Amino acid sequence: MKILVCISNVPDTTTKITFTDNNTQFNTSGVQFILNPYDEIALSRAIELTDGDKGTVTVINVGEVNTEATIRKALAIGATDAVRINAKPHDAWYVAYQIAAYIKANPVDLILTGRESIDYNGSKVAGMLGELLDLPSVSIIKKLDAGDNEATVEREIEGGKETLTIPYPFVAGAAEGVAEPKIPNMRGIMSARTKPLTVVEPVEVKTFSEIISYETLAPRGQVKLVDAGDTAKLVELLHTEARVI
Amino acid sequence: MSVLIYAENAGGTFKKSIFEAVSYAKAIADQNNTNLVAISIGDVSAGELASLGKYGAQKVLNVSGDKLKNFVNQAYAAVIAEAAKKEGADIVILSNTFSGRGLAPRLGVKLEAGVADGAVALPEQNGGKFTVKKTAFSGKAFAIVELTSANKVIALVPNSYKVVETGGSAQVEDFSVVTKESDFKATIKEIVRSANKVSLPDAEIVVSAGRGLKGPENWGMIEELASLLGAATACSKPVSDAGWRPHSEHVGQTGIAVSPNLYIAIGISGAIQHLAGISSSKVIVVINKDPEAPFFKVADYGIVGDAFEVVPQLIAAVKEYKASA
Repeated sequence: MKILVCISNVPDTTTKITFTDNNTQFNTSGVQFILNPYDEIALSRAIELTDGDKGTVTVINVGEVNTEATIRKALAIGATDAVRINAKPHDAWYVAYQIAAYIKANPVDLILTGRESIDYNGSKVAGMLGELLDLPSVSIIKKLDAGDNEATVEREIEGGKETLTIPYPFVAGAAEGVAEPKIPNMRGIMSARTKPLTVVEPVEVKTFSEIISYETLAPRGQVKLVDAGDTAKLVELLHTEARVI
Repeated sequence: MSVLIYAENAGGTFKKSIFEAVSYAKAIADQNNTNLVAISIGDVSAGELASLGKYGAQKVLNVSGDKLKNFVNQAYAAVIAEAAKKEGADIVILSNTFSGRGLAPRLGVKLEAGVADGAVALPEQNGGKFTVKKTAFSGKAFAIVELTSANKVIALVPNSYKVVETGGSAQVEDFSVVTKESDFKATIKEIVRSANKVSLPDAEIVVSAGRGLKGPENWGMIEELASLLGAATACSKPVSDAGWRPHSEHVGQTGIAVSPNLYIAIGISGAIQHLAGISSSKVIVVINKDPEAPFFKVADYGIVGDAFEVVPQLIAAVKEYKASA
């Protein structure tokens, strides 16, 4: 089985988010970038599914040369090879369009993404790939079992879950539960240096969205402390002052 | 020109998050002096469909039939795109639910539309610019996105827009679409809905607990408090990682982002990754025995105390309040 895992390069989860240029640019100064945690789950599952010569795992990233450290991390975790489409990831549509163009020329059996990237949280690339390639897509899956001709996936729904079977090829966005993230070992790290990383130039495409600016969260007022022995007071405040119960 | 809202049903009925999305879509239709059309797919009663009129839908397109009874992402996207074309809708609104998040990107491609997922406020339309405020950096900030295409798709985050009853009535019409066989490759085998459990992503009140609870056997009081308040239960990442609670309850940067009216955090220290997922909660209550816990810095109300003493007392106080109310 040939699996393609789409990965993105995102600020580390502990990053304090700030902006520059009158709140129009994300301040990357001092920010460490990592492999998107959900993509790591997708990649880990792909490696499990192809373990023991049962297939190959290619990781693909749309990014400039600075994302290569993250791509090498994915190779160290166990991807067979990597592709970098040499462009700034303008928005989800741009990224999906580039990856779809690559897949049309290099067909695969299964396409995995993370459920969302932790920077823009769009959950869009999986669905857009599905539409661009006329394939089924499941945006947020919690479980993925691969059979010979079809896979069984579980997806979350509000207050429950749904189990589906889908024939290959299809696109799915992995969430927690699909796999435990793998940690690269020394052998993986050493071999990652020499695994193939192909750089592909992007195709032209018109985009439909533009980030104009950012806003930080409104600060909250001082916490109002209630005595531990007086929970009735808390209930009263929630009822009369906060009006939430 | 018109605005189309996809009214997603959950087992045949509409949830509050859909009424919010209809109200939101109505406000956008009003901004543009145009009509609001709703589309429902699946088995929904005529009365339930007509109820969308209360929130501003003038017309409801009803798509039913066995094949489309349950959500198939690809086929549903095709039906909604078809309805948008037929109604001349240039703005399509969805609720940012699990299914909505699957539909929005497919609709974006089909309609060549810019997509604003995770929208938290009405669009601003000034001087030909159409901008939407959306969540970014997993709840640590917002981004203002301009949609530059003629068609637009917006997915509204539950609990971020108030339900507004306009008191109108909607005309319900059957709507049929010729579907492609290849849009039905995914087959649903099983749907499990926990009837008596409040769903976390769109819950109005969330009771969440962390490692301070010491073990999964101590969640009884969390569930009792949640049930008294009509709340959903949630947990921090270490708790779901340890297998004390399911991943579906993990709230935070790499879990679910929630925006309830009330978030009660018990025995959670408040790591930046957890705070990211709950920062848009309207009111935050923190119960923690460590007065230095970072969670108190973002809380509206706090109790410094041992969860094993405070929570049972709080349960008693809520019972008393409910008895007197």
